[in-house]
Amino acid sequence: MAVLNEEQEMLRDMAREWAVNESPVTEFRKVRASGEPEAFNRDAYATMAEMGWAGVIIPEEHGGSDFGFMSAGLVVEELGKTLTASPLVMNTVAASAIVLGGSDEQKAKWLPKLASGEAIATIAVDEGATHDPSKIETSVSGGKLSGTKAFVHEAHGADLFVVAAKDGLYLVEKGDGVSLATRKLTDQRSHADVTFDGAAADKLANGGDSLLDDVLDRARVLTAAEMLGMAQQVFDDTLAYLKQRVQFNQVLASFQALQHRMADLFADLAQMRSAVEAGLQAVDGGFGVARAATIAKAEANRVMHTMANEGIQLHGGIGMTDEYDVGFYLKRARVLEQSFGSSSYLKDRFAKLSSY
Amino acid sequence: MATQLEPATQTDEDAFRAEVQQFLADNFPEELKGTNNALSGVDGPTNETPAQKKWREAMGARGWGTPTWPKEYGGGGLTKAQAKILEQEMGKAGAYNPIAGMGVMMFGPTLLEYGSEEQKKEHIPPITRGEIRWCQGYSEPNAGSDLANLQTFAEDKGDHYLVNGQKTWTSGGQWADKCFAIVRTDKSDKHKGISFMLIDMDSPGVEVRPITMISGTSPFCETFFTDVKVPKENLVGEEGQGWTIGKRLLQHERTNISGGGSLARLMGQSLGEIAKKYQPTGDDGELADAVLRDKIADFEIRWNSFLLTARRAVEESKAQGGVSEISSVLKKLGTKLSQERSELLIEIRGLQGLGWEGDGFRDSELEAVRGWLFGKATTIYGGSTEIQNNIIAKRVLGMLDHQ
Ligand SMILES: Cc1cc2nc3c(=O)[nH]c(=O)nc-3n(C[C@H](O)[C@H](O)[C@H](O)COP(=O)(O)OP(=O)(O)OC[C@H]3O[C@@H](n4cnc5c(N)ncnc54)[C@H](O)[C@@H]3O)c2cc1C
Repeated sequence: MAVLNEEQEMLRDMAREWAVNESPVTEFRKVRASGEPEAFNRDAYATMAEMGWAGVIIPEEHGGSDFGFMSAGLVVEELGKTLTASPLVMNTVAASAIVLGGSDEQKAKWLPKLASGEAIATIAVDEGATHDPSKIETSVSGGKLSGTKAFVHEAHGADLFVVAAKDGLYLVEKGDGVSLATRKLTDQRSHADVTFDGAAADKLANGGDSLLDDVLDRARVLTAAEMLGMAQQVFDDTLAYLKQRVQFNQVLASFQALQHRMADLFADLAQMRSAVEAGLQAVDGGFGVARAATIAKAEANRVMHTMANEGIQLHGGIGMTDEYDVGFYLKRARVLEQSFGSSSYLKDRFAKLSSY
Repeated sequence: MATQLEPATQTDEDAFRAEVQQFLADNFPEELKGTNNALSGVDGPTNETPAQKKWREAMGARGWGTPTWPKEYGGGGLTKAQAKILEQEMGKAGAYNPIAGMGVMMFGPTLLEYGSEEQKKEHIPPITRGEIRWCQGYSEPNAGSDLANLQTFAEDKGDHYLVNGQKTWTSGGQWADKCFAIVRTDKSDKHKGISFMLIDMDSPGVEVRPITMISGTSPFCETFFTDVKVPKENLVGEEGQGWTIGKRLLQHERTNISGGGSLARLMGQSLGEIAKKYQPTGDDGELADAVLRDKIADFEIRWNSFLLTARRAVEESKAQGGVSEISSVLKKLGTKLSQERSELLIEIRGLQGLGWEGDGFRDSELEAVRGWLFGKATTIYGGSTEIQNNIIAKRVLGMLDHQ
């Protein structure tokens, strides 16, 4: 666990307390039961924003706290533990695009609203079902953007889209020329194919050639932080279950075969935590971000994949029931695993970044 | 094998093949080609169409849904070689076997081995005709891996037993006509106090409550028995023989889960071919994503060697009913591989391979997602992978039981 400063500890404790008390998995069940494609609770998000969580990476002058990505990751991790459904991750990533690439005017217009929760933003990059930012056809002419983005996270709640076009990132507001087709995925969260048909677009002109990569790396580390919380929770729940479930007149935890499995998972989780925290810190430090973010998401993918499978397996039959939470983690895990870089993509990217 | 017999056998086989082809031409409704509707499957209630009914009855009348079972109880009475020909010809015709479910997979073969003459005459023919569904009353809340810890009690009442207790995870319990159950008839001995009996699901005192699974369906139930009367003639074997019989049934179950049949069918669909439809290929037709390509090849090589292993196990098996402890090896391998396959399908399809419902997904994609989730159960039921490992280590390898 990274060494936290006082502010970070407070932030984490607050997030932990709120998630456990106000946003346990039963809240996610309510969201699921509502069947709303938006798939989050507006009141809960307003509370989160009031606590400052929507503005953690936004500069103070624009209404945020400027605590940075490590701090944002701490909050996201805690919310991941209880599968809190909210646009917080995507809003943070989209805000970072404006912080990095926006003009003073764009920042002044959007960042305060994104920090206060008055407006919600997301990013729209991929145009296919597999993450590949090199395949972008969306184009802009005369300030009008056209193209279709696939499986945009949190699209339903978004007032603002940060859209990747061939020649850079653009801000597009929900409204004329923007239409959504809901894509209901197994995690029961908000996803949609978003079609932009000559929508008014405002370019993020700063930030240089690497802006898209920089934004995606931020998406990778924050997604990895959510996965870290999820993996930690599955691990903790599974360990507690093995210590309590009796078969053959003894607790399952007394079987060496299972002890070794948990020891393996524990070690994996330690690796995942180090990789994710290093990714978040790299973003704050502004050094070696691409490499650190690639490692963070790749390790998150690997460990979360196994953790979710093992979580179900080690619970036995009860893990297969909808009544039990562990299945939700599996379903969300695979969606995140396929977002902003599958394992194949990240291995290839790592090799390229390392010049081999 | 005596080589001089081969020409004669060959002629017989040709004649049999012609017979099968004729049967299929006469009886398999063209409209069912490539579909699957196994009435006695555990997957759900089925309203048969007239064509489906006709096909089931035709197969049932011949006994070919249970091709190697004895003719006298309604089976096909075929040799293994003939059964293989039947399977091949059905495959070519796109015909499914309409006679399926737990009766076929596990209960029938077990009853043929341990049942009395009257029991076989009563219970086997309806299975061969796909007329009734069986469910498995084994697991209880506190008897999962430690199955012998079961507490459901059958009290001797002279001409009948009075059964009280709770079973759980009963697949298809809500649709089943009958249940083969292991229950306790003697509380003084963990294993020898268990008996194997057959319970009518419509007996007074039987209550089932479906449980929803992570895949969104409710294919299994909690099953409660309250003062359920079970006639003495429904005891299979002797009192106290239930653990032996029950374990034999599990070997059939494991062999089936590891799945010669369904896995082999999936095998026809190469993951590489599917991947080429979803992922970019280079000018040479090869998948552009080298990491994914490697994973698929790695998987398919192991999948092939599994199928070879499954075939070899069947050929080498000398045990009664064709099953033995090797079923533990097959179950462990086959279930892991089919889970891996589902995971790889997701990687191949990306987020398109994670659809839950609604627009934008093909049926095959949505089915794969539900199958991926349901498939997580295959390493849990029928004795979990960990339990198979224990069996292999202790019974096959003779390693010490130190726990
Ligand atoms: C979809 C589904 C359908 C089913 N259908 C039926 C049915 O029709 N009829 C029926 O009777 N049952 C059915 N079952 C129940 C199934 O057989 C049990 O779930 C299974 O035996 C495991 O028992 P359990 O769930 O109590 O898990 P537990 O026994 O509590 O096991 C939990 C975990 O501990 C591990 N474990 C337990 N003991 C040991 C050990 N000694 N060493 C190492 N690891 C160990 C297990 O492998 C598992 O990973 C079904 C289950 C599922 C999921």
